[in-house]
Amino acid sequence: MKDKRGTSRKGGGNRNALSRRDFLRAGATVSGGLLAGESRAISAPAAPETQVLGPDEVPVTLRINGTENNVHMEPRVTLLDALRNHLDITGAKRVCDRGTCGACTVMIDGNPTYSCSVLAIEAQGHEITTIESLSDGTRFDPVIHAFVANDAQQCGFCTPGFVMACRAFLNKHPHPTLDQVKKGLSGNLCRCGTYHGVEHAVLEAAGMGHAGVMAPPGAPDRKS
Amino acid sequence: MANCKYDWPEAKDRKLIGKRISRIDGHEKASGRARYTFDMNPGNLLFGKILRSPYAHAKIKSVDTSEAEKLPGVVSVVVMKPVGKEPQPEIQWAGDEIAAVAATREEIAEDAIRKIKVEYDPLPFFVNEEDLSQAEGHTKPAVTEKKGDPEKAFQDPDVVTSEGYYGVPVITHCCLETHGHVVDWPDSKSLRVYASTQGVSAIGGQFADPLEIRADDVNIICNYVGGGFGSKFAVDTWGIAAAKLSKSAGGKPVKLLLERDHELLVAGARPSAFAKVRVAAKKDGTLVAWDSESWGTGGMGGSGVPPIPYPFHDKFPNFSRKHTFVSTNIGPSRAWRAPNHPQACLITMGAIDDLAAKLNMDPVELLMKNADLAPDPTLAKYYREELEVAAKLADWHKNWHPRPDKTAGTVKRGLGVSLHTWGGNPHAGNCAVSIHPDGSVEVKLGSQDLGTGTRTVIAIVVAETLGLPVDAVKVTIGDSKYPPDGPSGGSTTVGGVSGSTRRGAVNARDAFFAAIAPALGAKPEDLEAVDWHVRVKGNAAKTLTWKQACAKLGVKSIEATGAQKPRYTTEEQKTECVLNSGGVGGVQIADVSVDTETGIVRMNRMVAAQDCGLIIDLKTAESQVHGALIMGVCYALYEEKIMDRQTGRMLNPNMEFYKLAGIGDVGELVVHMMTGPGYDERGVIGLGEPPVISPGAAISNAVANAIGVRVPTLPLTPDKVLAAIEKGGMA
Ligand code: FES
Ligand code: FES
Repeated sequence: MKDKRGTSRKGGGNRNALSRRDFLRAGATVSGGLLAGESRAISAPAAPETQVLGPDEVPVTLRINGTENNVHMEPRVTLLDALRNHLDITGAKRVCDRGTCGACTVMIDGNPTYSCSVLAIEAQGHEITTIESLSDGTRFDPVIHAFVANDAQQCGFCTPGFVMACRAFLNKHPHPTLDQVKKGLSGNLCRCGTYHGVEHAVLEAAGMGHAGVMAPPGAPDRKS
Repeated sequence: MANCKYDWPEAKDRKLIGKRISRIDGHEKASGRARYTFDMNPGNLLFGKILRSPYAHAKIKSVDTSEAEKLPGVVSVVVMKPVGKEPQPEIQWAGDEIAAVAATREEIAEDAIRKIKVEYDPLPFFVNEEDLSQAEGHTKPAVTEKKGDPEKAFQDPDVVTSEGYYGVPVITHCCLETHGHVVDWPDSKSLRVYASTQGVSAIGGQFADPLEIRADDVNIICNYVGGGFGSKFAVDTWGIAAAKLSKSAGGKPVKLLLERDHELLVAGARPSAFAKVRVAAKKDGTLVAWDSESWGTGGMGGSGVPPIPYPFHDKFPNFSRKHTFVSTNIGPSRAWRAPNHPQACLITMGAIDDLAAKLNMDPVELLMKNADLAPDPTLAKYYREELEVAAKLADWHKNWHPRPDKTAGTVKRGLGVSLHTWGGNPHAGNCAVSIHPDGSVEVKLGSQDLGTGTRTVIAIVVAETLGLPVDAVKVTIGDSKYPPDGPSGGSTTVGGVSGSTRRGAVNARDAFFAAIAPALGAKPEDLEAVDWHVRVKGNAAKTLTWKQACAKLGVKSIEATGAQKPRYTTEEQKTECVLNSGGVGGVQIADVSVDTETGIVRMNRMVAAQDCGLIIDLKTAESQVHGALIMGVCYALYEEKIMDRQTGRMLNPNMEFYKLAGIGDVGELVVHMMTGPGYDERGVIGLGEPPVISPGAAISNAVANAIGVRVPTLPLTPDKVLAAIEKGGMA
């Protein structure tokens, strides 16, 4: 593995010798990627005796939005990169790539999770839900409608992550107070400054229905 | 208005303009379906990575890429510095680009850059500019200006003078979508570039020379951009490198977007500004004299000069100022939302606020009294109105107190005020508007939507002009194949695109009326398009639905164009009409609580009163201001590009230590847009930048009001707050 990482550079790069992926490989569990705003641990399968995988590509099976995907990748590939680079599922964004910003938020077994901080191989056997599951192009989850109606986005790059975090939050706290919203969504960052809209969107979505119930497009929209 | 054919409709006739309308691409983006540059995955994609210099200043002796090239999966390698020639290339900041590789997998590309061997000759560097006495040999005079006789004015026994030190460090843009491109060569002479850019029509030419192709053989595409804030106008060395990597890979697409650390190291920095200030007023608060000595760095090159005293500048009866550039090895600066203005505002409004405290005056009253120092009388009037509105919304007269907060307890509350101005005149641009026989309407232009709502504004303007609902208009932007539009910088876009599309839509409508008038047995000038219908004015019997009317076109679509020129002569204004202008004002009030034991500043509330002429979409306009307030909280309380004296490197090129505000950090936001008579007549004016100018000053002033002493520099971090308290706060 050392060879593959190539630590013999001479004055090259200014990264730490131990990269994030090495670190993850050194024994993170799925709970490593849990959002800052959500402190509950999720259950990973009991760790078997340490099994060495790679460094070459290994077969990986990921269950995403109810569909099994079989792909080959190196064990060091994060779930986020597996989605984006191997499966062309690009709603989750790569922004900080180390568990700070929430742009890569997906749900694993229903828990909001930073997919940049989970290895794809670790996500096997779990139910992975991405932002893509919240719309089919004509019908949208109420959270999405509420984001549009309350203009809870500008450039929109943080938005899919925010929407996923909101969806997961509302699934657990269907009738939140504003204070709960501020705490529950503190694991996501936005550079454009859309928090005002997000607060309103979450509170509005809380009154609009449950996950998976897609309202017709435009219905709650166009407030003027 | 309304005597010139392109004029904006009268207020009573506006169906869409000025209403709160949801952005038309909102569902696409919020559902993750929108494809940003970072999301482009064309077939046969290669992944590009860049090797960067660890040294802040060094010569490069050699670059050896042979090991990288041997790695299975590596397809192409380019060295980005001219090594092997004299003089040896010199690196001026840590993070500068040395070489790039493209490989079939992202992980392989990462491995490959680690296998590149570089020999450096490290050189001395300089990265900390705040202490000017340490900057000898790195300074260059930038501006010296004088008006009246400030020295004499300061000596007048009837004036009160306040002296202080104020500053804003370098911060970064930290766009969430990093800079970069996905590039391929459809054939050996033409280049296709998905770019994360603020200038779809503008940047293609930057590829031409380095790649020896014609500018018009470069196709730039950008449907969505994940943040720019002034930092995305260049294709940059990595854009050229991506094109070269693709070329030597036989034209296969290469995706090269910066890593987060690279983004923070090199792809955007706002220059710093520090100043020693003296400011004087008569006892009644009339400002009479200003003197400042300021400096700042924008990296090796010069930075802009903050326009202090801001916004009064040479309206100050007596003023003198000197600004010095400091060259540092911190990396290049870029335009950051309202370049130089937030710095100028903090320095000026901070100093004036301290003067108000010394005069025992309410700072709102002091600003009100001096509003006539505004650059022009209209702005002075706006400032007065906005001060009043903001003070009311912030409950100023109840919540403000003289410094410090004398109530019991360790948490102190304070209020602070600031005002600002910005231009926002339109950029030049063009558009094409089509009305098709099937009733569909399309508008095309080579513009971009940075998240400000440009697409939506275009749809509203065209829909309003043609009497249609917003979603009946298809807006096609983000491709350099379309009629060229200006880059999005300087708050010029809304004026530019609304000007061109209003003219284009009126031209289309008139051509449409001319084509169908005979079918209605009317003259074209007697027709009007309202509520999805075309009808003869004053004759309800002669009405067609929009679709029926379009069907009368037969097989021929209406194709019209519209333009916004950079400027119009008085003569041209008669036929082309005046649809936009520039010069806005805004007032903001911050309400904070400071924990005097921990030094933590909490936002209670930010209030903004902002004008921007005729507002097209009130919803996205308000969002711009909300966003600016939040971005303002970020740079007031958290943001700083921290440079390490020992290594010359940035210490926080990541998002754990380069702090942004989270949802719980911003407090309540109250935004009031100044609209209606007295404002709308000015036509459309840009808004993206102005509201981000004042927050730093307003928040800093609020903290001073709470604890009774100035925390001299942003960000107002706990250590600095505690140090200020130690030095005499809450006295
Ligand atoms: S990209 Fe995963 S938390 Fe930022
Ligand atoms: S909308 Fe741009 S980063 Fe959140």
